[in-house]
Amino acid sequence: MTETSSMAPAQQESGSQTLAVRASGVDRAFGGVQALRDASFAARPGEIHALAGENGAGKSTLIKVLCGLIKADRGTVEIFGTEVSRVVEPAARRRMGVATAFQELSLLPDLTVAENLLLENPPRGRLGLVKRRGLGPAAEEILGRYGVDDIDPRATAADLSVAQRQVVELVRVLAGEPRVVILDEPTAALADRQVEWLAGHMRQLRDAGSCVIFTSHRWREIEALADRVTVFRNGTHVATRDTLSEAEAVTLMSGRSFAGAYPELTTVPQRESALRVKGLHSGRLHGVDLDLRRGEILGVGGLAGQGQRDLFLTLFGAQKARQGTITLDGKAVAIRSTKDAIRAGIAYVPEDRKAEGLFLPLSIRDNIAAATLSRRNTAGFVRRGAERTAVGSIVDQLSIGKGRSTNRAVDTLSGGNQQKVVMARWLLTDARILLLFDVTRGVDAATKHDIYELVGKLAAQGRAILYYSSETEEIAHLCHRVLVLREGRVAAELAGPVGDAERIVAASIKENHDA
Amino acid sequence: MREALRRVSIGYLVLAATAVAYLVVYTSRLGRFPTSFDYLSILNTTLPLVFVAIGQSLVVLTGGIDLSVGGMVSVCVAVTATTVSSSVFWLVVVLALGTACGALNGLIVAYGRIAPILTTLATLSIFTGLALRVMPVPGGSIPQEVRLVLTNPATPTGLIWLGLAVVGWLVLRRTRFGMRVYAIGSDEASARAVGVPAAAVKLKVYALSGLCSALAAVFYVSTTTSGDANAGNPFILTSIASVVVGGVAFAGGRGSALGAVAGAVALTLVIDILFFSGIDPLYQSLFQGLFLVVAVLLGTVAALAARRRRQA
Repeated sequence: MTETSSMAPAQQESGSQTLAVRASGVDRAFGGVQALRDASFAARPGEIHALAGENGAGKSTLIKVLCGLIKADRGTVEIFGTEVSRVVEPAARRRMGVATAFQELSLLPDLTVAENLLLENPPRGRLGLVKRRGLGPAAEEILGRYGVDDIDPRATAADLSVAQRQVVELVRVLAGEPRVVILDEPTAALADRQVEWLAGHMRQLRDAGSCVIFTSHRWREIEALADRVTVFRNGTHVATRDTLSEAEAVTLMSGRSFAGAYPELTTVPQRESALRVKGLHSGRLHGVDLDLRRGEILGVGGLAGQGQRDLFLTLFGAQKARQGTITLDGKAVAIRSTKDAIRAGIAYVPEDRKAEGLFLPLSIRDNIAAATLSRRNTAGFVRRGAERTAVGSIVDQLSIGKGRSTNRAVDTLSGGNQQKVVMARWLLTDARILLLFDVTRGVDAATKHDIYELVGKLAAQGRAILYYSSETEEIAHLCHRVLVLREGRVAAELAGPVGDAERIVAASIKENHDA
Repeated sequence: MREALRRVSIGYLVLAATAVAYLVVYTSRLGRFPTSFDYLSILNTTLPLVFVAIGQSLVVLTGGIDLSVGGMVSVCVAVTATTVSSSVFWLVVVLALGTACGALNGLIVAYGRIAPILTTLATLSIFTGLALRVMPVPGGSIPQEVRLVLTNPATPTGLIWLGLAVVGWLVLRRTRFGMRVYAIGSDEASARAVGVPAAAVKLKVYALSGLCSALAAVFYVSTTTSGDANAGNPFILTSIASVVVGGVAFAGGRGSALGAVAGAVALTLVIDILFFSGIDPLYQSLFQGLFLVVAVLLGTVAALAARRRRQA
């Protein structure tokens, strides 16, 4: 590590030029967890500045301190040279030109897209009253300005897909033409085409003199976009560089060097079919057939929104099928509710942990034990000892939360560790069929690697796994077989490991040109 | 059109159903249709509840609850009945008092970060205590002029609450403040994150609830012509019931003040129906409670069905 990089950035750059954002000596703890420790960060106007680090390195916490959502326990924050540490109110930062897109997204679920976009600046008519009729067109105009034409401004935010919500969140931030733009994991839910779209707008803002700060777990995005990179580890600043190779970055982020990207696919699926689906119609699905064998990792590929989500939700009983049969171990079953699915040995791990999977204020142990409570139960009382033993062993296996107490609340964990908690819960059950839906979304490289190995281990135990990921690369490397969905049908089947993601992409779009 | 129908709040359906029930019971009991006097009496007895329910609906829309409406109505009734007879100027004082009581709630909830249910439970007790201090025994009066303006049979009071409903609708639907109220109820952390000054908005919401309680108290005194330090108690349950029957989501973010108005009228009609059916008034609270449970169940079933349809 060089001399300059170990020095706090705030010291390096004081005086020479007004910084857009400067934080120095920031501490912040949640409960007993020190999320930021004497952390420093500085970014200039007219640059795209990437903030890199593993899950739990303190990036999101730093961003929340910068945008005024939470208070630093110690230290100072300056925006364009003005000390703002005392005012903890995002509205006040917004007035100074700081706009933030959050990783967990901050759209208001009950409001329409238009209301979300125009909440703080709605079109007004006579007497200063809001022109409700004007909301739709005004929102359409804003979306149009950013080339978004597939989102209805009158739709309720809760009804949008995660990718659509992400796009709306980004448009909301960009449209304010902020002087400081902070984007926390903006690309995690986006398809490649949308990433290009976002990159264009980020560059445009930078060229107009704004300071653009973003985080990403995909190194190629940081490489392609960032003018400078700051690396965080364990809640503190490690280095700020103009250029940084991926290998260097990974070493800086993890404090250790890091092996290959994907584990080798060593297992072979068994003969017996675990789950067979015939002619399934549900949501966007129009007649899907599939046969998932024991010990098999079956990938579900295709462009976003081809019915992948419908398939997973229907198999888990969270969505009703219009038509079609589901056979488990050769027996036809009716899955009318999630309860039916769980009883039949089907487990579902969703991408949106906050909304669908976790009880955030509860402890790690409570969360992991939630699906198997009835097993350690005497006359209605949970046998806590048995629970501690069962949870303890699985927590060690998955190395969740770096060996700290399982009494900690789950919301003090980083995103990757939260995802492991959800997986651990299902591992405790005898679930024979695992539906893994984009489980690595927003998870850092090291944790991703852990999850890949875990998926392999689960398959080796004979569990059948249906795997979807928004990163086609993963499907290409992890799966024994890949089904490509297109317009609600299985358009192609590829033998795995496919290896080259391009082949899946090609199969996803092939016939679109003919049509 | 179907979309529009689906958006019709459960509150209006419940109101329509109770209105029909009222007409049927009334005509079958008395052998004639209700007269304008009956309508006027309904309007007069409903008006205080309509006020309180509008205030309550604002609070519930932010995801909170205001149990202290009972205490605020009581204390305002007590002050109105003991003072306004001396000078109409006191009317202004009463409205300011109600607003101040509500603002106190708002300060504690928004800046003290204490749960609304605890805060307003405590202030309910404080306000009721104050009311008893001001007016240890029922009594008092209100000047004839004020009474005539507020409950004049020649100027239908119905117009007042129609006007009110419109104002409530305008505030919620057509102002940025209203949009912020929904935003906070939908997800307070996110609302703050996108720049909604949540604390300031909540302070205003609770203050408005206090103002609504004060208005209710003034009307209450002018229709009953006297005051009682416990006058506000029934409004706690009935205002919350009106809001829920009116289709406002208890977790906040969804519903409307108009729905709450419909809920308030329906709830008052239920009492009249019981009266005309000759049911012992002792059972009034029992039947109101039953009505609340049934209406809420209906609302839940309707919401579930709508969701199923949307998913299919």
